Amino acid sequence: MNGAAGGRSALADHNNDGLSMSGQGKLLYRFASPQAFYPLAGALWPWFAAAAMVLGMAGLYIGFLVAPTDAQQGDAYRIIFIHVPAAWMSMFIYIIMAAWAGLGLVLNTRLSSMMASALAPTGAMFTFVALWTGALWGKPTWGAWWVWDARLTSELLLLFLYLGFMALHGAIDDPRRADKAAAVIALVGVVNVPIIYFSVQWWNTLHQGASVSMTAAPKMARIMLWGMLVMALSFWGYAIAATLVRVRSIILERERHSEWVARLRAA
Amino acid sequence: MQWSSLEAFVAMGGYGPYVWGSYGVTLLVMAAEVVTLARRHHAIRRLIDLRASLTETEHEEQA
Repeated sequence: MNGAAGGRSALADHNNDGLSMSGQGKLLYRFASPQAFYPLAGALWPWFAAAAMVLGMAGLYIGFLVAPTDAQQGDAYRIIFIHVPAAWMSMFIYIIMAAWAGLGLVLNTRLSSMMASALAPTGAMFTFVALWTGALWGKPTWGAWWVWDARLTSELLLLFLYLGFMALHGAIDDPRRADKAAAVIALVGVVNVPIIYFSVQWWNTLHQGASVSMTAAPKMARIMLWGMLVMALSFWGYAIAATLVRVRSIILERERHSEWVARLRAA
Repeated sequence: MQWSSLEAFVAMGGYGPYVWGSYGVTLLVMAAEVVTLARRHHAIRRLIDLRASLTETEHEEQA
């Protein structure tokens, strides 16, 4: 499909003639080519995966063995150690995905769009986890698996935005056209993220307010907060590792007709 | 340590199914994603290797 595109020089996408760039800028541009990014991503992902494992173990240790039983919610509250980090990730990843997709749309850089595609499944996975753990936490504390309140509904919409992005991208054969169409969904969907985040303030919802905020002291015991933050870092490591591995597959799938991919085997 | 016994740990103060259902499914979907990622990467590497060996045979036949 992309035979013609695949044969181009790795930097052909960037119209960098006549641009005087600093050393840093040059470095950035160098890794903006899929060919240069492929080995870099390959070298980086094991470190992020290892960090995710170690932090995940530490987070589980704090969450199950150090943090005390909650006075009000009993041990049901322990779901917080995955629920809140997963919900954070679902929103962060969406914003990063939309930013890459937008960059790909404006600058026509191939790697940016590939990054957006690589982020979507992991973002959808974390959105599902946030919804699933939310249901299992809602049942014992609210008495309902699901309510159509603003927080839950907007998070469900986020899942549909991820799935819509992936479905639309998959439905268009020409990858560059698919990038552009999917980028539009991603960018339009960005409005939903602040709606999710502020829904608990804007509307009278069943969902509790923010667990951690920039302006107020945390409303929970310090050790519970630590457990949550360590798990969040573990999820970050996981998401970065998964995205780097996926973008490597996407690079090979899209550039399989190019010279440098053919040479990969010989090396 | 919060737990007097393994049974108490598993029971999670009566919330066992909710807590373990949350952690179990999370671990499951993450593991599923890791397997999918590995399969996808191996599939494209295999395709590239296959094509490379096909073109090599072509060259040998022409020579």
